[in-house]
Amino acid sequence: MSEPLLKVRGLKIEGRSDETWNPIINGVDMDLNKGEVIGLIGESGAGKSTIGLASMGFTRDGVRISEGSVVFDGVDLVTASAADKRALLGKRIAYVAQSAAASFNPAHKLIDQHTEGPVQHSVSNKAESQEDGIELYRRLRLPNPEEIGFRYPHQVSGGQLQRAMTAMAMACRPDLIIFDEPTTALDVTTQIEVLASIRDIVEQFDTAAIYITHDLAVVAQMADKIKVLLKGDEVEEADTRTMLANPTQDYTKSLWAVRSFERPAKPSVVTGSTPIVSVKNVTAAYGTVDVLHDVSFDIHAGRTVAVVGESGSGKSTTARCITGLLPPRKGYIEFEGVQMPLDYRRRDKNQLRQAQMIYQMADTALNPRKTIGETIGRPVEFYLGLKGKEKRAKVDALLDEIELEPTEYFNRLPSELSGGQKQRIGIARALAAEPKFIICDEVTSALDQLVAEGILKLLAKLQDQLGLSYMFITHDLATVKSISDEVVVMKDGVVVEQGEKADMFTPPHHPYTDLLLSSVPEMDPDWLDNLLEQRGVDNIGDAAVDKM
Amino acid sequence: MSGLLRIIVQRLLLGLVTLFVVSIIIFVAVNALPGDFAEAILGQGATEEAVTAIREQLGLNQNAFTRYATWLGGAVRGDLGVPLSQALFAGNFGTTATGTDVITVVDQIIPRLKNTLFLAGVSAAIAVPLAVTLGVLTALYRNSAFDKAMNVSTLSAISSPEFFIAYILILFLAVLNPVFPSLSNIFPGMEFSERLNRTMLPALTLTLAVTAQMMRMTRAAIINLLASPYIEMARLKGLSPMRVIVKHALPNALAPIITVIALNLAFLVTGVVVVEVVFVYPGIGQLFVDSVKIRDIPVVQACCLIFAAVYILLNLTADILSIISNPRLRHPK
Repeated sequence: MSEPLLKVRGLKIEGRSDETWNPIINGVDMDLNKGEVIGLIGESGAGKSTIGLASMGFTRDGVRISEGSVVFDGVDLVTASAADKRALLGKRIAYVAQSAAASFNPAHKLIDQHTEGPVQHSVSNKAESQEDGIELYRRLRLPNPEEIGFRYPHQVSGGQLQRAMTAMAMACRPDLIIFDEPTTALDVTTQIEVLASIRDIVEQFDTAAIYITHDLAVVAQMADKIKVLLKGDEVEEADTRTMLANPTQDYTKSLWAVRSFERPAKPSVVTGSTPIVSVKNVTAAYGTVDVLHDVSFDIHAGRTVAVVGESGSGKSTTARCITGLLPPRKGYIEFEGVQMPLDYRRRDKNQLRQAQMIYQMADTALNPRKTIGETIGRPVEFYLGLKGKEKRAKVDALLDEIELEPTEYFNRLPSELSGGQKQRIGIARALAAEPKFIICDEVTSALDQLVAEGILKLLAKLQDQLGLSYMFITHDLATVKSISDEVVVMKDGVVVEQGEKADMFTPPHHPYTDLLLSSVPEMDPDWLDNLLEQRGVDNIGDAAVDKM
Repeated sequence: MSGLLRIIVQRLLLGLVTLFVVSIIIFVAVNALPGDFAEAILGQGATEEAVTAIREQLGLNQNAFTRYATWLGGAVRGDLGVPLSQALFAGNFGTTATGTDVITVVDQIIPRLKNTLFLAGVSAAIAVPLAVTLGVLTALYRNSAFDKAMNVSTLSAISSPEFFIAYILILFLAVLNPVFPSLSNIFPGMEFSERLNRTMLPALTLTLAVTAQMMRMTRAAIINLLASPYIEMARLKGLSPMRVIVKHALPNALAPIITVIALNLAFLVTGVVVVEVVFVYPGIGQLFVDSVKIRDIPVVQACCLIFAAVYILLNLTADILSIISNPRLRHPK
């Protein structure tokens, strides 16, 4: 067998913190042949992106390659000069970043950024490369390929930008492309279009690729072989089908098992009982534009209602209406049959106490300068009027409930906690008000799957103990499946379907629910092929136009 | 774009309000100075009768509010009045022009203002490109010896008093190596090249005074962006470091740079008194100081209004340019 295109040997990478260099990657090997796609998977902190960038001979500030070699087509990128590396980057090795919205320069048109590589690398001239760019846009099924490149990044939607970035990476017809979580920031229906586009074009040009993701189902569609990473070490590597069918390592098996958590079904609601929260014909607007149209649903005691939909469907806006942050233009909110003032400023303490929130970004939802004790103690004092020893006892009890040792965590700052722990503090803060109802706004979407599962289990346990009702906002249908009792599907500010979970997950569906459900990637490597066949490949492009 | 137009009109109106407030502050401040024009001009010969006579002739004996109202009424019509030093009064021993030849405040200020704007223009033409170029280079070679040397030297320049820099420049560029004349006494009708030649030394002095801040802001604004994903992307496309900075960082760093440039341009118009005095440059700063000395209130007020207007207009221009430099606002969805 001939020499692989990319040969990584004993790669060790260190990152600097507090003036010392600490290992991030502890010696990883990787071989990649021409036209082959390898999937790198692992949780955050596993070093996936670091390895991806190092395959280009690139490290971010404060990170260095301390040992090992990265040989690309005979050139060791670790020892190569900056000029030699520049000659390869963009031309023979290209990069597709996680957030295309942030990685396109806001000051230049897409096509100008597209042609920059070929022109600077003297692969072709501007006019030729522009024509080629339009052709690539067409192949990637972007709407209006002739015209879309002449827009600025902010004028193009996220899924389209991600495809434009893939086109840009293809501009010099590289031998290797690094895809760094290219679909993580996208909605499921958009994700499919991007996945299909990427796979097609990589196959067409016989490009080798490193596909980085934390989503196993995605990597199953994209990669020929999979490498599992954990905290900078390789766990195992195998071809995709073997890896999915027979993972040998316990860690891999635990990753595979995450999606199996599911709550037992609860008895259905007694007819005639008063719901905890009723959303009654709510229409709400930002400025003069209506973003919610006549939204109604009930949430009953002890139950979890999942509100599902893509970004912009009005899920969070509904939450803002319930909490009174955004007074509805029409309609109203009832708590236990009593109509609430629309504006939170006109609700009294007891009314405010009833609806608590847990946020998506635990990082930004906690005041970085307040200790955990202060953060949780504040609502305890505000809502319950407890002070001194009583307050401390209540905070300790809350910490116990979220499974964090009180003496250890009381005086810590948020920066001393992990992502999952921060989210637990968010839960404790909501519980501190002793509410009957909690809104969980995408509480697990910023977390790794194993950690997210822990949070879901905790929420389920608290619900059983305290009889809480949850409104669970999410775009992730796996989460919906695992914890909800009822489902509300939203699209463009309208409830398109609602009902018991069991009914929602069995046909017939509303066409949009169907689209959402069928778009969730599955662990079957043939899933994408089958789906594309079912839908008819050409429809994908049309779906993209519809989304404009 | 109609949004932009509305902002401009709004800001211009706000600017007028600001000017009005400034005029009150100036009037109060000048009146709070000890002594008045009559006492200042008569000096040792200030007998009580002479002082009273001059005050009466010039209307200085009216109450402050009336004087302010009269002046403001004229100013709104574009008539900034007559300098007290040129007005008809008993102590003005036959030097006053009579009849139609009365020199108004506007007549006195316009040529001076033109000279000041010329000096500011020359200084800006040197300083702004220099500062931005140095800013880009120091960002490109950040933390290198070049970067540190540039930072130290521009900071030293801004930390030294202007007159000191002025004399150093005279010493090296006029006395030891006679490149430029040390006196900048320009006058109307002078050839442009000669005028430019004579303006060089004050312009260089001002350049040294304003470069540091603009350069450091350019450097900081660019470095601030270097951690952005789109800069990483540009580097991963194999672009040269220079291209990454000029083509990808600079266009996104313009807003803060423009603001600092505007502030420094305003300084070039309003903060040049010392430099004008050292080089005997007939600008508005000298006129201003002389007028304060003799309590020539109409001239002082007019100068202050001009200074305030320059500040307001330059800041407005900076804001508009910042908006235009943002493609999100230039090309709405």
